[in-house]
Amino acid sequence: MTDMASLMEDRAATTDAANLRKPVDWDSADISRSIKKRYAAERRFKTYGLTAIMLALAALVMLGYSIISKGYSAFVQTYVQIEVTFDPAVIDPEGNRDPAVIGRANYDGLIKEALRARFPEVTSRSEKRKLYDIVSSGASYDLRERVLDTPSLIGQTRKVWLISGDDFDMLNKGYISADTNEASRRLDDDQIGWFQALQNGDAIEKRFHTRFFTNGDSREPELAGIWGAAVGSFYTLIVTLLLSFPIGVAAAIYLEEFAPKNRLTQIIEVNINNLAAVPSIVFGLLGLELYLNVMHLPRSAPVVGGLTLALMTLPTIIIAARAAIKAVPPSIRQAALGLGASPVQTVSHHVLPLAMPGILTGTIIGMAQALGETAPLLMIGMVAFIVDIPGSAMDAATVLPVQIYLWADSPERAFVEKTSAAIMVLLAFLILMNGLAVLLRKKFERKW
Amino acid sequence: MSLTFLLLAVALLCALSFVFGRQRAIALSGGRFSNLHSLPIHYGTYTALWCGLPALALLIVWYALQGPVTEALIINDLPVEITSDTGKLSLALNAISLIAADNGQHLNVAPEVVEAGNRLALLHTISNTALIVVLLCVALVGLGLSYRRIVADMRARNNVERIVRYLMIGCSAIAILSTVGIVFSLMFEALHFFSKVNPLEFLFGLEWSPQTAIRADQVASDGSFGMIPLFAGTLLITFIAMLVAVPVGLFSAIYMGEYASPTFRAWAKPALEILAGVPTVVYGFFAALTVAPFLRDTGSVLGLSVSSESALAAGLVMGVMIIPFVSSLSDDVMSQVPQSLRDGSYGLGATKSETIRHVIFPAALPGIVGAILLAVSRAIGETMIVVMAAGLAANLTANPLQAVTTVTVQIVTLLVGDQEFDSAKTLSAFALGLVLFLVTLGLNVFALKVVQKYREKYD
Repeated sequence: MTDMASLMEDRAATTDAANLRKPVDWDSADISRSIKKRYAAERRFKTYGLTAIMLALAALVMLGYSIISKGYSAFVQTYVQIEVTFDPAVIDPEGNRDPAVIGRANYDGLIKEALRARFPEVTSRSEKRKLYDIVSSGASYDLRERVLDTPSLIGQTRKVWLISGDDFDMLNKGYISADTNEASRRLDDDQIGWFQALQNGDAIEKRFHTRFFTNGDSREPELAGIWGAAVGSFYTLIVTLLLSFPIGVAAAIYLEEFAPKNRLTQIIEVNINNLAAVPSIVFGLLGLELYLNVMHLPRSAPVVGGLTLALMTLPTIIIAARAAIKAVPPSIRQAALGLGASPVQTVSHHVLPLAMPGILTGTIIGMAQALGETAPLLMIGMVAFIVDIPGSAMDAATVLPVQIYLWADSPERAFVEKTSAAIMVLLAFLILMNGLAVLLRKKFERKW
Repeated sequence: MSLTFLLLAVALLCALSFVFGRQRAIALSGGRFSNLHSLPIHYGTYTALWCGLPALALLIVWYALQGPVTEALIINDLPVEITSDTGKLSLALNAISLIAADNGQHLNVAPEVVEAGNRLALLHTISNTALIVVLLCVALVGLGLSYRRIVADMRARNNVERIVRYLMIGCSAIAILSTVGIVFSLMFEALHFFSKVNPLEFLFGLEWSPQTAIRADQVASDGSFGMIPLFAGTLLITFIAMLVAVPVGLFSAIYMGEYASPTFRAWAKPALEILAGVPTVVYGFFAALTVAPFLRDTGSVLGLSVSSESALAAGLVMGVMIIPFVSSLSDDVMSQVPQSLRDGSYGLGATKSETIRHVIFPAALPGIVGAILLAVSRAIGETMIVVMAAGLAANLTANPLQAVTTVTVQIVTLLVGDQEFDSAKTLSAFALGLVLFLVTLGLNVFALKVVQKYREKYD
């Protein structure tokens, strides 16, 4: 049996050898067909790779296009010019120009009066109410500021530009079309007619929308701005940075330079790697339980947001800092130790300064992540509707990404463009931070 | 405000004690530093550390304990009919904190509560004043004691270095502490939840409708807490995301690593990485306002009924988000395959694609599997895209055109708005969080192990 098997093996080997010895005709039709096929497969494979990259880039372009095309119009705002009579009987009945009295006057009434004077044909109550929507409810504050600034206006009749209501803004920007069915749009034919009458009288203008950058949140899209959220983001990031940077760098130095290689260090190491991959919402749950339920810190405050995000950014910073410290060559340490420096001096005088650019790059990237983070902040109540600009890290506040989330949820058409514009601002900050990180790396990167 | 002030005060005292310590050392040296054990700067740091660290520790402990202690004091004084009912108690505590913050004029509450609110305000003032006094005392005592200990042959450098080393160990321990914190806080509330709802029902129940009555006068059913539909929804969306991310990510990595010219690589790689840097809330907006309507319209043209919150829209966008993650991880893995394997394959006459498919890919497979597992864990834990683009109703379906909900969506909906830490509804969010944490942790540990092992193989 065994003989038989070995015999067959021998015979197979000899026939194989015989085949191999037969010279190959490289120009034969078979071979060239096969080569053609293999080259075609090669080209196909390469095309798949290129297609994959192009698909990913196309998604990026689509994302950018959809945001910019939706959002660019939010940077301008429609204004309406109306002839307002600054009636002394309404503004300053006693005539002594007391700012307290002037400040309390009914400017809303003045604007409504002016609108009625502009469109005398509007008589019924419900029609009037529709007419008043042309001007935003925030316009009366503008008027008040103006009168407080120049009290000489009282008694005069002036043409003033007032901020328009959000629906008319949408109409002016072309998001509401007059051609669609009247029942399915937010403005009826009368309102569009009035608007066109104003437009024909050159009383409609688009202006740069500074309010968007200076206001806090509002229920009225035309009055809502991102400044409150930006300040909230700033406080949150400051708290995050102040906590996670020193702690992260200290931990990285210890783990890389001082820690004995034992079980405990190994556990810490595995732990940090895993923390970096824990879903961010779990950090939100931790923040809710630890900071709000146990420590009773104020809800919605940037301090709590910063504390939560600090725990989340810590692994990122530790990992980046360790990589930067590891990249400093051992010869530097040996030289310092050889000259009599203590280990702590070696690290603080030589290793750390050399690793700093790398550490800072990692920190900026971690901060950029923290700036874009939303989910954990939802858990600790930073979703509240907050109009006021926060004055300190203890005040209730919201942050840019959460503001985007809140606006994206709002039903008004005008909030779509506000959301996209807020996204553009957020992305601008992120690009700035990442650009800074790239610059740092380019400028200070050292190859040893 | 007061916190910033306190921190500034402590920082100022630290700076002062640094100067004092250094001056004293210089004075003791009599002009020759070689008479000292350490450099004057070490004596300065020594006093600064002893001044600042105890004060800082006190500050942290004080802020951590202030809330619970004042609350306990307030509850102690409230009448029994309020404290006996947890619902009433939390309402009263809310009112009290509003009154204490001077925002409660409009509230219509019992006089005891108003009085308690005023007492809380008083307690806060007392606590803040006491903190300032105690903190300054601690800082000054630390400064004085350490200052008095300075003598010429004191080993200041060794002392400072020992403190610095302990500080660094403490900082490393925070990483462990936060894991412990996560586990404990999730466990604590999840155990509360499981005392109200049977864990088996939670793990294997097929129905999820957490609407329970938060107040006694609300009409609501008892609620059912079966998490299977949530996990099915999560897995469906994750699966769709992987269908996008794995082929696109892998092929981009292959093209970048093996085919692309350096110039192409130089601009395409950062461009891909932008995809990873875009905040998830932006993807959520994109999914909800661009992709979902597009899919619905396309579906209606084709005669399909696509839900406006379809799993497909959320999954596709999540897939796009994960592409750079898959591609950079698998790029790492494939570039670690030794050059000799490539050279061997080319030497035998294989084309590039044959080398990749038959040599590099099989050699890198364990690492790629690890990368994909990491990507899966990220997709499972992703929150904002699904919160904005996926539905709220827990449908048990495998149809990607229908709306499904996910674990993270439910956590967010349960915890945004009314929270009631004695109702199963709010607590179930923590149970879901615990499951989410354990699942992602398991995936991560396993994936990191696989990647690590693979790395060792070729090192």
